[in-house]
Amino acid sequence: MAITVNRKPLTFWEKLYLPAIAGGLKVTLKHAYSTLIQRKVVTMEYPEQKWTLPTGYRGAPYLVKDQEGSTKCVSCQLCEFVCPPKAIRITPPGNDGRKADRPNAEKMPAEFEINMLRCIFCGFCQEVCPEEAIFLQQDYSLTALSRGELIYNKEKLLSLGGVSPGIQKWKHKLEEAKAQESFPVKV
Amino acid sequence: MSAAATTENKPAAPAIEKIKVKVDGREIEVPRLIADWSGKLTPTTMIQACELAKTEVPHYCWHPKLPVVGNCRMCLVEFGTPALGPDRKPVLNPDGTPKIAKSPRPAISCATPVSPGMEIYTKTPAVKQMREGVLESLLINHPLDCPICDQAGECKLQEYSVDYGQSASRFVEAKVHKPKAVDLGPRIMLDAERCILCTRCIRFTRDIAGDDALGIINRGSYNTIATFPGAPFDNNYTLNTVDVCPVGALTSKDFRFQMRAWFLKETKSVCTSCATGCNILIGSREEKIYRYTPRDNDAVNASWMCDAGRLNYKWIGRADRLQDVWVRGQKSSWPAAIRELADKLKQAPAGSVAIIASARQTNEELWLLAKLKARLGALSDAIPREGESDKLLVSADRNPNTNGARLTGICFTEMGINLVKIADGIASGKIKTLIVFGENIVKRAVAHDKLRERETISEVVDEHGITAELLGKLDALIVSDILPNETTRLAHFVLPGAAPAEKRGTFTSGKGRVQKFMKAVEAPGVARAEWEFLQELVHHVTGQNNGLTVESLFNQMAREVAAFNGLTWQALGDTGVTVQI
Repeated sequence: MAITVNRKPLTFWEKLYLPAIAGGLKVTLKHAYSTLIQRKVVTMEYPEQKWTLPTGYRGAPYLVKDQEGSTKCVSCQLCEFVCPPKAIRITPPGNDGRKADRPNAEKMPAEFEINMLRCIFCGFCQEVCPEEAIFLQQDYSLTALSRGELIYNKEKLLSLGGVSPGIQKWKHKLEEAKAQESFPVKV
Repeated sequence: MSAAATTENKPAAPAIEKIKVKVDGREIEVPRLIADWSGKLTPTTMIQACELAKTEVPHYCWHPKLPVVGNCRMCLVEFGTPALGPDRKPVLNPDGTPKIAKSPRPAISCATPVSPGMEIYTKTPAVKQMREGVLESLLINHPLDCPICDQAGECKLQEYSVDYGQSASRFVEAKVHKPKAVDLGPRIMLDAERCILCTRCIRFTRDIAGDDALGIINRGSYNTIATFPGAPFDNNYTLNTVDVCPVGALTSKDFRFQMRAWFLKETKSVCTSCATGCNILIGSREEKIYRYTPRDNDAVNASWMCDAGRLNYKWIGRADRLQDVWVRGQKSSWPAAIRELADKLKQAPAGSVAIIASARQTNEELWLLAKLKARLGALSDAIPREGESDKLLVSADRNPNTNGARLTGICFTEMGINLVKIADGIASGKIKTLIVFGENIVKRAVAHDKLRERETISEVVDEHGITAELLGKLDALIVSDILPNETTRLAHFVLPGAAPAEKRGTFTSGKGRVQKFMKAVEAPGVARAEWEFLQELVHHVTGQNNGLTVESLFNQMAREVAAFNGLTWQALGDTGVTVQI
């Protein structure tokens, strides 16, 4: 059903147009004065100059490693599930695939791809991750010569992501389990 | 529906007395007795009454197809029964309704029979508290493995945690750790930490599969599911324990870490590994099949299926699938090939064509082939496929649609007896064109003179005299198959077909149950469902138009084939209809 929006009719003054043009010129002249005469710079020489990003800026999502250099991701595929533009594609390891590179967590992705052309930087992947393994970082200028180059694989994502120390729950679980292997007898 | 088609072959069960109970204040009628896991009539329990009243009672150890043990305590409910006075007559309220004496203690609804006038309360604060308490105690030692657990997404512990769990654990002590990734058998992996000791797997394998392989060892918090030392858990039904496991303790090695359950599209289908026709769900994602799981059908497979059938799906995704139409070694297209075939078959003199179909084809496809057979006066048969049966689900006939081939008239009661006649026909030059569907006929070929030495028919039906040299004598060998084999290599016309998971259709099981199955994934390349191109071919050759959809083909077949009279595609439902065979 069509919705009629009532618009206020233009007044006589507005219909003349010339006052509006004069108003626009005033703004232009003001800026011309401040840049040309007063030498006040309002733009930035990008990309030589770059702005400081505020904390919490949502740039490209990358995978991070823990303080011991192990992959944190366990391939739970929640980010793949929650990703609105379906930019993430994870290949699970399978039963006979490579075991995780940190003790006790049995699983890690065989492949982890993010299509940066699809990513909308919403941050859902970071929010949903139960392992704190993916973070939206500060990169906003992603360029490449082909579409394929902008599909970042696991290796690239891990190398760009850096290290984010965490609680290492799988490691602690293993330590706890080891401690239970023998019953300490206290006299 | 006509009298010929009935859903059950069994005589009608004697009428069972109905009793009235109230579930959360709503009165319903339930039968006094209900068939238990073994089919024996046992008193209806409160959980079954609640199920009939569509009221969900959370439970872990109770399973409708397994014996009741009542050890998880999750299904505790409160209840009351009509109060009796000293004169053994019901005490009435002032308004004339019977006074209900509420039981001071709760009861497990899975093992408490209902009685007339009973009132069951599943939503009281006390019941909620009990569920929360049971759940909290189950979670004490349960690991936070959800991110790496295969059960996540279809886990009862997760589901009930959402309903009755707390957001944070009050348990500050260290959790008890038990063995992880224990190799329980060739197909089963056990994570003892995740086990909640419901004993469903133990009961399944002891009472249903008849292999008392599993048990609980150790005491208290160290309770663990285990097999006898040195005895692997390797019967043909082990993977059902993965299905009944309400948590991720038992996982399938085949499906382990392959795909998360929530990504899988579930398609209703039928297992094609033998004549039993177990109802299954095909779990697929992006045109790749990840697993088969059994689908409930009390008339066929209850809730189970065998491991061999369950794992028989990998060939569907093989890279060497037939993907193109080939005409005499040249790549061709469907319209060109069908036109050429139709012209050839139309001009073929009566009796110069033979058809070897497969009992792995659907009823509709076999029926279309039978139409070609009638028009061409052709000899026809299918290849028998025998194995060993067991007492539970596996049938000795390893073809899913032997009865379909018989009922549509493709083969006779003894499948394969025409193969020798076809071989003779080719040898004498009478048969010039051979149509083969879905079978590698050269595989079991035996030299003709050796075949003659055998005495009884049933010994030779498996073997036949159609050798590669004999096939060389043919003017046209028309082969439709899914995977390449020696017969497709010898063929003049290769028509790539679709696996059952890639098309729709119906099978008639060994017991005469007509069951339909749905399409889960797309066929690779230009491969098409056989019924699609057969329908075109039959149209070109005979001039009959039997419909362009599988529904119309089925309905037309049901009108023409006596055994299927009265059936419609729609009336088959999800679980099929049994016909007289």
